[in-house]
Amino acid sequence: MALIELRGVSKIYRVGEEEIRALDNVDLDIQEGEFISIIGPSGSGKSTLMHILGCLDSPTHGTIQLDGTMIQNATAVQLAGIRNRKIGFVFQFFNLLPKLNVLQNVELPMVYAGVATRERRDHAMKALKLVELENRSRHRPLQLSGGQQQRVAIARALVNNPKIIFADEPTGNLDSHTGEAILELFHRLSQEGRTIALVTHDPEIAAVTPRRIEIRDGKIARQVDAKLAGLDRIRPAAPAVPPAQ
Amino acid sequence: MNLWLTIEIGFKEIWAHKFRSLLTMLGIILGVSSLVAMSALVKGMENGMREALIAIGGLERVMVEAQPVPMEQKHLADQAVGVTMNDVYALNSSAPSVRLITPGMGLSRVTVARHGKTFNPFICLGTWRSALEMSQHVIAHGRMFNEIDEEQARNVCVIGTATRDALFGDPEETGREVIPLGEHITINGQVFTIIGMFQHYESEQSRKEREFMKTQPKQVKTGPARSRGWGGRGRGGGFVFWLKNATIYMPLNTMWIKFRSASGTNNVPDVRLSTLSFKIKDIEQMEPTLQQARNVLMNTHKGIEDFFFRTQEEWAQNITTSIRNARLSGGIIAAISLIVGGIGIMNIMFASITERIREIGLRKAIGATTFAIFVQILVESVVIAILGGLAGLLTSYGLVRILVLVSPTENSPQITLSAMGVAFIFSVAVGMLAGLLPAVKAAKLDPIEALRYE
Repeated sequence: MALIELRGVSKIYRVGEEEIRALDNVDLDIQEGEFISIIGPSGSGKSTLMHILGCLDSPTHGTIQLDGTMIQNATAVQLAGIRNRKIGFVFQFFNLLPKLNVLQNVELPMVYAGVATRERRDHAMKALKLVELENRSRHRPLQLSGGQQQRVAIARALVNNPKIIFADEPTGNLDSHTGEAILELFHRLSQEGRTIALVTHDPEIAAVTPRRIEIRDGKIARQVDAKLAGLDRIRPAAPAVPPAQ
Repeated sequence: MNLWLTIEIGFKEIWAHKFRSLLTMLGIILGVSSLVAMSALVKGMENGMREALIAIGGLERVMVEAQPVPMEQKHLADQAVGVTMNDVYALNSSAPSVRLITPGMGLSRVTVARHGKTFNPFICLGTWRSALEMSQHVIAHGRMFNEIDEEQARNVCVIGTATRDALFGDPEETGREVIPLGEHITINGQVFTIIGMFQHYESEQSRKEREFMKTQPKQVKTGPARSRGWGGRGRGGGFVFWLKNATIYMPLNTMWIKFRSASGTNNVPDVRLSTLSFKIKDIEQMEPTLQQARNVLMNTHKGIEDFFFRTQEEWAQNITTSIRNARLSGGIIAAISLIVGGIGIMNIMFASITERIREIGLRKAIGATTFAIFVQILVESVVIAILGGLAGLLTSYGLVRILVLVSPTENSPQITLSAMGVAFIFSVAVGMLAGLLPAVKAAKLDPIEALRYE
């Protein structure tokens, strides 16, 4: 059984009389340990897909199975618990809390998980070590560079040991060099066996992942799987963005 | 959800907006401090009133007073005897529930004089020894008159300090205290020997004032000395204390023989008593005792109801009602200002969550439940209210000091623990109520919308 299974998932918004199908009858499987990208232009429905995959939103039709539980009918409290323990989010604008220091920011998901103070500190330091920021634990987010802030956000996403990490345009707010480093970090985490989904509009960034899912008009337009094509890891940590000319 | 961390976040949020939070708290600070200061003022008033009540003999004292013959007995009016010594003897032998029966014959328009100085005491009473206990008098110097003085109707008297001050000099002014035992004064022309003097009566407040004044350098008075009339030293301590100090007691028989026997109408001496007081043995048995005394007196009065009982209960009730009214009106005003403070908190919390929509979205995305967000916002507003409440308690102390300076009342305000407790709890409750709506609004935010919010 796949880690995530979407069957016939639709999301319909009503604006007055008009019906807008943000997602239209999507079937999708994500296996454990996969490194995938969801790609599409803005308005294609990729954000809606990520929100539904990330349990921030529930579908109008269809079923979702995540790590063995069906979640299309889960209550708000259950969804919050699933987001907390099984899902990690990385955002374009980092979304760190400026009034907390780096360590406290990383600890935050564990606060909601009810982890004891000392344990929280240990786990947070471990996560910071993974992103090589353990010596910045007492800094405020705004004292760090953009790349460092994004690494703190990744540490925060990792800290509860989630089943899957969703990264929504994680390099969108960074210069190309720093963005590359972040993608390299994702690649490394993927090699360590973590399941990661990148959401982006940029094919160059999507190119770093073995499997790419293209969304257009709320439907999966194309899927490329390098593994199936026998092209596994053809471009390990390749330059995500070609050098500027 | 960790409550301590939430509280800590609340503190950080407040610290990050120091000035804004201070302004918000100001409403609560003013509300709490005015609530506490108001109740301190009322408490001071109450203390003064209770002190005065005890000074005139306490709750168990009952006075038998004459009243016009009631309508339905008007035809018997010329047979009404009034309150006389017969009543005293009758009560003494037939009313076991009363004690300390004390008759008194007063003299109005009294002038006491010595060496050209005169004084008009407020009370000049011929009475028994028991008057001492009845009116809570304490002999500081000399003695009270005894049965021999009574029987022989000797011209002896016991005076209060006001008489002494007027005739022999005020120790505050002369700097030395005169104890005029054995001195002679005239009361309406009759020569009396002073055999005793009461202690000086004053309220807590004026005693403190006087002791404080002792430590201050004495003011040199300029210009002609002026009479201070009745006011004098008594004023600061309240009327009741002045009244007690301006008292002269003499034996009842002396009063009867020297002043009363010759002064009735148509050459018939007036045998009526001016005062007749007794105390109730058991204050719990107030009603039955009064009924017993009434039955006895109805006999001696031939069934004509030309008397009634005046108890202090009425006064005690008046104290209670006036205190309650003062407390209520002050409390309402203070409560309104606290509520205004609460509205201030609500306003700020709404601004604060609008400012932090992304933060709330993020917290929800990483697993905060609706309830956790609700609690966080609520805690923040309660923290503001608690800090404001604590600051208000501190401020109230200063406020009371200022009130004393601005309007010196007779009784010093007293800050009570219960008032502080009530004000504090009320401020926390207001904070909680004020946080409720913003917390609901924050908790209801859609995480997707919130994360997108710019």
